[in-house]
Amino acid sequence: MSDEAARLAAFRKDIAAWIEDACPASLRGRALGEDSIVWGGKRWAFAHADQKEWFDAAVAKGMTAPMWPTEVGGAGLTRPEEKIYREEMARLNAPPPLESFGLWMLGPALLHFGTPEQKAMHLPPVVRGEIRWCQGYSEPGAGSDLANVQTRAEDMGDHWLVNGQKIWTSYADKADWIFALVRTDRSAPKHKGISFMLIDMASEGVTTRPIRLISGKSPFCETFFDNVKVPKDYGAGGSAIVGELNCGWDVAKYLLTHEREMIGGGARGLLGGRSMGEFIGSLEESVAQDPVIRAEAMALEVDSLAFALTMERYKDRAEGGKGVGDASAMLKYYGTELNKRRYELLMSASGSAGVEWDGPHGSLAPEWLRTKANSIEGGTSEVMLDILSKRVLGMPSS
Amino acid sequence: MSLSLLETEDETMLRDAARGWLADNAPVAALRKMRDAGQAFDTGLWREMAAMGWSGVLVPESSGGAGMGHRAAGILAEEMGAVLAASPYLSSAVIAATALQGASEKLAAIAGGELVYALAVDEGTKHAPERASLHADRIGNGFRLSGTKVFVAEGASADRVLVLARTSGAAGDALGLTLFDIDAGRAGLSRTAKATVDSRDHAELRLEGVEATGEDVVGDVDNAMAVLAPALRAGQAGVAAEMLGVAGGAAAMTLGYLKERKQFDRTIGSFQALQHRAAHLWSELEVTASAVAHAGRMLDADPEAAEMAVSLAKARATKTADLAVREGVQMHGGIGMTDAYDIGFYMKRARVAAEWLGDYGYHAAKVAAARGF
Repeated sequence: MSDEAARLAAFRKDIAAWIEDACPASLRGRALGEDSIVWGGKRWAFAHADQKEWFDAAVAKGMTAPMWPTEVGGAGLTRPEEKIYREEMARLNAPPPLESFGLWMLGPALLHFGTPEQKAMHLPPVVRGEIRWCQGYSEPGAGSDLANVQTRAEDMGDHWLVNGQKIWTSYADKADWIFALVRTDRSAPKHKGISFMLIDMASEGVTTRPIRLISGKSPFCETFFDNVKVPKDYGAGGSAIVGELNCGWDVAKYLLTHEREMIGGGARGLLGGRSMGEFIGSLEESVAQDPVIRAEAMALEVDSLAFALTMERYKDRAEGGKGVGDASAMLKYYGTELNKRRYELLMSASGSAGVEWDGPHGSLAPEWLRTKANSIEGGTSEVMLDILSKRVLGMPSS
Repeated sequence: MSLSLLETEDETMLRDAARGWLADNAPVAALRKMRDAGQAFDTGLWREMAAMGWSGVLVPESSGGAGMGHRAAGILAEEMGAVLAASPYLSSAVIAATALQGASEKLAAIAGGELVYALAVDEGTKHAPERASLHADRIGNGFRLSGTKVFVAEGASADRVLVLARTSGAAGDALGLTLFDIDAGRAGLSRTAKATVDSRDHAELRLEGVEATGEDVVGDVDNAMAVLAPALRAGQAGVAAEMLGVAGGAAAMTLGYLKERKQFDRTIGSFQALQHRAAHLWSELEVTASAVAHAGRMLDADPEAAEMAVSLAKARATKTADLAVREGVQMHGGIGMTDAYDIGFYMKRARVAAEWLGDYGYHAAKVAAARGF
């Protein structure tokens, strides 16, 4: 065994022991539904003491943001270490201690584009789950054509005056801050006049209105900005704008890559936290033996396993400095389509029990409906295929 | 498993070298020429591959091989698949070389390209080794083999054949099978070449009282699976890699055509309906490439634990190659239906390879079994 392999083997042992010790048994192996996720934020209330215990232990060790630098509260893990951490988390059936848009999206953007002041102000509260962020991208007239955002920020000397409307803002009603794409130059071509702005949701003039979805739930909101004053500078926290003024599209594109990888990755290990084998085993005998259901379960398992390997291969490639770039559109496209297939199988295998809003399968029905958004949010499957055909395959524009 | 699926520099060099050599020496045109001449593969070409170490890819250096391992073997198979290069590579260099581990002299002859092996396993229309009923009756100190084997790749041209025979038990039992290593010219063995759609060598072998001794037995009597299972896994991973290559080759040819063919005063590749199908195909290829690389890595790292990885690769590669060749012919339109154009060769090889060593359903069921259902 090489020195590196020996070191990683020791790391695996240590991290497994830590998970076993820090994550209460009551949390392990539980179905991962919307209500068991810890999102954090100023208004967050833990569901029970065990959830908080695991969260606190993870924050203390930086494991809510395993690969972020230790200066901002992360654990500073290398890519091979992080991979081992995820493998051990999966093996021990431990839930993520914290999930948030701050971890998934704002963090990567600030780590790449942020100033030291911005990182120091915004990243530690994300790691500690103190501030919950939401993403203000889409607008009524800017869906697939995202660069068409019309929410404008006018330069008022010491502050920006923001007016406009965002839509499909996930959990805006529960978020403390928003990172938003706003138009700071209305005379420039549409990609060139956008800035990436950090706004406190408690500011006067910010209102949110949840949108009821086909799932009966309201994870998305409309967010309105009505003469909202945003300081140009948060003092020691630096500028309200991330990256250069009018260069928000670069930040947005970078972030969309992360978002696409993340949404694509959501396809792994679902089935309410169970493996396909356990799921099939839980069905009524006649259903478990149904040749059509078995055939689809097998095909889905084959595709899911191969996709999980592909996620790892792409991450390894990105880590090796080669980047994933436009190919991340493939992960988003493939992963979300797989997830939808998975839920279709769950529903058909559950039969009449699956169509109850709150039946023996819990929240299966709303989850099934929610997955339909997977191939729309963060760029539709059709936009992903456009990106792949034009930028990866070099096919001509029409 | 935290095996990196990225290619090492050595692997990329091997791939580039193979691709360059194959483009010059074994393009699809070479397969067409051999088909028109009624030939299954070019022995001269195989000797050249041997000189580059390809026939010894899995043979240890101590036996005169290159000892490059299964991932490297897969890279070579993929590159051969991309141009439909016909050779006894999988039968001899991958399958037989794995089954004959330890038989130094035979391995040296395989590595040298002097000895071409075939594997005779199946008797029905679908791959099912444990259903073998070709029987080997004990006669004195030896055996007498009688029965029929079908779909034997390289069966008509091989110098030697690994024959799976039943020495005890009934069809369906995994035990009671014995693997024999038989000279193709042995009395009582007759071979009928079958004209298959891929223009490659597939034969039916009839054994009528073929005599064998204990020295012809590979591994132990009644326990063929101990040596055959690793060989089958190696072959299945190899054919999966070849099919990934077939799919990639067909997709590349099709993409080229989409960028060049004009209708309605524009290249047809500018139509979104075709762009999305091409992008979907590319996505499937990427996902399958991961499964194929993973199978090779697992065979190199822990061959006994590689069964699911190998079946995953073969299942995925079968589906992806099927999609690639169907889209390929359709997107080529009328010209894709002509014998003069190469895309049809890809469709025909993909269909044959889909059946060889286990079809999609066979391998998907193995994956499911390994995953607990």
